Amino acid sequence: MATIQEKVTARFPEATFTTDGILTITVPASQLTELAKMLRYDTDAPMDYLVTIVGMDWKDSLGCIYYLMSSVTNQVVAMRTSTTDREKPMLHSVADLWAVATLFEREVYDFFGIIFIGNPDMRRLFLNVDWVGYPLRKDYDQAPELNPVSVENERQTDDTHVWEQLPDGKIVETTREIFTPEQFVVNIGPQHPATHGVLRFRTAIDGETIQKIDVYMGYIHRGIEKLCEELTYQQTLHYMDRMDYFSAHNYHHGLCMIIEKAAGIEISRRAQVIRVMMDELSRIASHCLFIGTYCMDLGATTMLFYTLRVREQILDIMEKTCGARMTFNYDCIGGVMQDLAPDFVEDVKALLEVIPANLKEYNKIFTGNVIAKGRMTGIGYLSREDAISYSITGPSGRASGWACDMRKIRPYSIYPELDFEQITATEGDSMARFKVRLEEIKQSAHILEQLVDNIPEGECCVKVPKALKLPVGSWFEIVEGCRGAFGVYLESDGSTKPYRLKLAPPCLPLAGVVDHITRGQKIADLITIGGSLDYIVPDMDR
Amino acid sequence: MPYEAFKDNEYIENLVKELTEAGTHVVVGQLDKLINWGRSNSLWPLTFATSCCGIEFVSLGAARFDMARFGWEVARASPRQADFIMVAGTIVNRMAPVLRRLYDQLAEPKYVIACGSCAISGGPFRRSYHVAKGIEDIVPVDVYVPGCPPRPEAMIYGIMQLSRKVKVERFFGGVNRKLKQEEFLAQHPMAEAAK
Amino acid sequence: MYNLSGITDGIHQFLSSFLAPWLTVTVECVLIGVLLLLVYSVLALFYIYYERKICAAFQCRLGPNRVGPLGLLQSVADMFKILTKELIHLKNIDKFLFALAPYLVIIASMLSFAVLPWGNGLQIIDFNIGIFFLVAVSSIGVLGILLAGWSSNNKFTLIGSMRSGAQMVSYELSIGLSVLTMICLAGTMSVGGIVDAQSDLWFIFKGHIPAFIAFCIYLVAGTAETNRGPFDLPEAESELTAGYHTEYSGIHFGFFYLAEYLNLFIVAGVASLLFLGGWMPFHIPGWEGFNHIMDYIPGTLWFLGKAFVLSFIIIWFKWTFPRLRIDQLLTLEWKYLLPINLFNLALMVCIIVCGFTL
Repeated sequence: MATIQEKVTARFPEATFTTDGILTITVPASQLTELAKMLRYDTDAPMDYLVTIVGMDWKDSLGCIYYLMSSVTNQVVAMRTSTTDREKPMLHSVADLWAVATLFEREVYDFFGIIFIGNPDMRRLFLNVDWVGYPLRKDYDQAPELNPVSVENERQTDDTHVWEQLPDGKIVETTREIFTPEQFVVNIGPQHPATHGVLRFRTAIDGETIQKIDVYMGYIHRGIEKLCEELTYQQTLHYMDRMDYFSAHNYHHGLCMIIEKAAGIEISRRAQVIRVMMDELSRIASHCLFIGTYCMDLGATTMLFYTLRVREQILDIMEKTCGARMTFNYDCIGGVMQDLAPDFVEDVKALLEVIPANLKEYNKIFTGNVIAKGRMTGIGYLSREDAISYSITGPSGRASGWACDMRKIRPYSIYPELDFEQITATEGDSMARFKVRLEEIKQSAHILEQLVDNIPEGECCVKVPKALKLPVGSWFEIVEGCRGAFGVYLESDGSTKPYRLKLAPPCLPLAGVVDHITRGQKIADLITIGGSLDYIVPDMDR
Repeated sequence: MPYEAFKDNEYIENLVKELTEAGTHVVVGQLDKLINWGRSNSLWPLTFATSCCGIEFVSLGAARFDMARFGWEVARASPRQADFIMVAGTIVNRMAPVLRRLYDQLAEPKYVIACGSCAISGGPFRRSYHVAKGIEDIVPVDVYVPGCPPRPEAMIYGIMQLSRKVKVERFFGGVNRKLKQEEFLAQHPMAEAAK
Repeated sequence: MYNLSGITDGIHQFLSSFLAPWLTVTVECVLIGVLLLLVYSVLALFYIYYERKICAAFQCRLGPNRVGPLGLLQSVADMFKILTKELIHLKNIDKFLFALAPYLVIIASMLSFAVLPWGNGLQIIDFNIGIFFLVAVSSIGVLGILLAGWSSNNKFTLIGSMRSGAQMVSYELSIGLSVLTMICLAGTMSVGGIVDAQSDLWFIFKGHIPAFIAFCIYLVAGTAETNRGPFDLPEAESELTAGYHTEYSGIHFGFFYLAEYLNLFIVAGVASLLFLGGWMPFHIPGWEGFNHIMDYIPGTLWFLGKAFVLSFIIIWFKWTFPRLRIDQLLTLEWKYLLPINLFNLALMVCIIVCGFTL
């Protein structure tokens, strides 16, 4: 069996390779589609999961790095390509190979202005149609006069642009309608109780049946990636709290890990254990809140208050150690900010005692309820193939039968030593997504049980220079957040600030799949499906 | 919290003193008091949250902090029926017109609480290209609640301050003076032009 | 015991002693109207407080406790606020229908409220088709909701009102049929007559199996009829913001809000009238001493107590169950409740004909 590198060399002699943990294949833009197709349909290790597309501005050229993963071998490969045209950069789309690429390419277009030929929907993703400039380009003019904050309604169009390559090689731009004038379009959001934040669904309905949904985001796009480029490595950390505020610890963990790896910092075992414990605590808190808000979306408001009790207990534990209820900023480069609170162990044990009883109560009140069953079973079915193609990771992906727990398939930190199961279900409906999360609470509690009495002594943080400089290079790391795989791409030019920090959140693909799985369902099912996917809007918008 | 405990800023008391110095009509004054009592004790929030602060607002409703004690739990999803917006979270360029519209859709008397550093000044995202540096350019703010995110206790305190502020308003002749439509259009030529 | 018709007759005689007959009737009507409005609003305010407290108890919270003793004045404060809140005038709407809708809703609810018997003789008018009148006027409410949704010129309200129309028209059938079942047992449509027929034993015991089935169906359908959870689709917060009344502000919204709570009371009141004997105390045939003690508790208390207990159950539904989907809701009515109800009606007739009642 030939390795991927050998296979690629055989077909693309001009491809260059770098192997620094992850195999990166650099090809000219013209060969990208061919290479992507080959990797995607490889017989041994089909690269069917597109982790993210990292848009890049290397000053002399613009380009993209595609991170791919195989759901069979769990191997990660990167494809790298670039174009020197800065006026109207164009690359070929890979939207026909991975469904999620449509969304990722729109994001790259929004940030870098790279047009993807063949993408069926080439609108800006987060920014207004009239936005001047492409913010993540290095020569972007940040002057507020260019793009002022205005209270005038933004200009919106019902059209999208598509660039297509004709058989003779000519590239033409065509306009395509998103909604036809006959369609009855209802705006759900941005201020709407069911969208979990400021997300907007433009929903074409026929009676109560959904025909099409256009997900419109950017209502909380804060440009974290750009902000990070102007801060030192230590300073970038606190933004992780404010993306998916339930997975604050997990995201911190991911970013710290990649910086530590780049800087060659070895952290103490105590810090590792503390980090993992905090990750799992926040996973329990996050899933608890999910259960609550989900039930509230379905109309069972009371459940929210029961689940919040457990969450409050976890927040108390965290507050004692981290000093805050939500934005902890606890993991830092080299370990954790401060040592555990004296009664941490005691509190965690008390928590572990109440969790089984609480889960039982949730099941009694909600899961077994005949109305709840009727609302969730069979609603929003997502097949395994679609889950992979749409990059639906986390509990939602696992509910479709895709074993995508990064703690298992790409183990990091001390997870390989721990005994826990990866929860998967095969139904792929809302009920399965709900149940997977309930089970994951148990697994997280099990992990905590193993660790709570075995927190090793030692220092919690190693000394790290204030002005940390990383060597020139690029790194990529995936960790398991509470909602799925959180990828971090870091490129350093040797200074104290990151040259590019790309955060690939799990919630962006979650929003991308909504249109696919709600078609033909009822409006009320949109709420069920949206709730069961459990996206966090600030996470997808960044 | 007894009323005397609000020792930190007396400007509201001074305002009341100033207003009542000239004397008020007995009946009107008493009616005003009654209405203000009603209004200040019945502040219904709009369900509106953009990011982290919104989650703390959820915690505020939960059993531990229970804003229902004060009668604030009737969170209305429709701005027509709410009394105040708790702007919980960052407001970005794209959201600004939406926030403005929500504010315009609120029925008078309406109030705004800027909750969290993002809403106050842009907070940690102040230097971003796509973030409004505080919401006071978009909507008038009544109470600022600092914090990132503010603790639920701080939010309770903030809403209580708003409740104090509501008490000094005057219904008869005061804020509720109805603007004639022509008068309004004369003051807002833009609205006319848009037609 | 406590027959209050003496007092009302006394007032009538007192008024007619110095007024012309037509004027007497007018004065009486006005008095009754004022009294009705007063009781209506006080009860609605109490109900708002009642629900908020119950809901808080279910959710391990305290509920309103700052305004007035035990928070009792909370809904009064809300009322003052709503009364002085701005009425927003919208552009591009049907202004007449928009203003008419809340009044239709509240009038429907008031008219049905007027039929309820509060005690022995404490009833506005006891005419021979009382219960039919109640069913008839309570369905005017759906018209108001449809108008509200239609005239607001808003897609959410439109969907909400269409849902509401489908829901209420369907569940009216169940209500009607279960009422019919009980009328068979009572043999009269007069409200007073129905209560009198239960003087020895309440209908739910007298009619045993079919009466109990009818009671369950009535509670379910009544919950749906009042648009309360788990059937609160017309105003499903998480789906349609505030449903058909999204665009209403100030007192117009207040009307919807009041009517919602009062409809809860009316549904509970009618259930207690039809199944639990209205104001009639709890009597067991043969236990004369016990019956006599029960008679000492005034009928009004009996009536209110029963209504409150039944509304507690309906509130309990709301804070426990998730919401149904519109197709599930209609399936429940047309495929389950309606056939069961028809069967139940036949069963009741059989039982009465065969004399199997208790």
